[in-house]
Amino acid sequence: MVQKTIAGKNVEVNDEGYMTTPSEWNREIGTALAGELGITMTDKHWEVVDYLRNSFNEGVALSLRKVGNSGIVDIKGLYALFPGGPLKKSALIAGIPKPASCV
Amino acid sequence: MTDKPEPITKVSIICASGDIESVYATLIMSNGAVMEGMEANIFFTFWGINAVKKHSMNKIKTAVIGNPAMPIPSILGLIPGLSWLASKAMMWRMNQLDIPPVDEFLEMIQAGGGRVFVCKAAVDMFMIKKEQLWDGVEDIITVGKFYELAAGGQIIFT
Repeated sequence: MVQKTIAGKNVEVNDEGYMTTPSEWNREIGTALAGELGITMTDKHWEVVDYLRNSFNEGVALSLRKVGNSGIVDIKGLYALFPGGPLKKSALIAGIPKPASCV
Repeated sequence: MTDKPEPITKVSIICASGDIESVYATLIMSNGAVMEGMEANIFFTFWGINAVKKHSMNKIKTAVIGNPAMPIPSILGLIPGLSWLASKAMMWRMNQLDIPPVDEFLEMIQAGGGRVFVCKAAVDMFMIKKEQLWDGVEDIITVGKFYELAAGGQIIFT
């Protein structure tokens, strides 16, 4: 675990950069984390991030297929929003743990 | 401390069997690769082609005879429909875990940039016509072409 200052706030992240306390997250942090990945947030990005956070809070096991079936964006669209890591990058930006899913 | 190993950036996966185990190992590894931002090629050959033939792709089965890992005596495998039942049970459980049917899984892989190829030798041997294949099959290729596509990456045989 390391302490990291993101968007002016001190938060703890694990060695892969995922926030360890999702409740510390806010949109400014999300924007900054996205920026570190070279992603500029749009309304569609936020819809995905909100979906991920809500699902996480409800205890849903997230998978790429689930997000693809969420009605927000299809899987091809997800790859376009979060290139090179549709699930792991979106989860990192959303301030939730990396989904332990093989799909 | 030794230097951090070079990450894998590309995989080419050969699927030569048409049973659930081999096909799903191929699909899960390919999908996992594109989800991690890697390039992925899939090369279906021999019975593996059943996973990309329109009429059989969503009907692949697991073997109940000659499968030492199956927790039932092989002799019971002679009961008609048992392979079908065991396969249905496996597919039902996989679906619960968000592991999709073959056609949807291949579409997911393609959505992530994965590419699907079929072996020319096997197509010729089994006298398969292009129109029998799933529409997402990019090409029917020779083994030489496969190695060319696999250049610079890892090759995995399921």
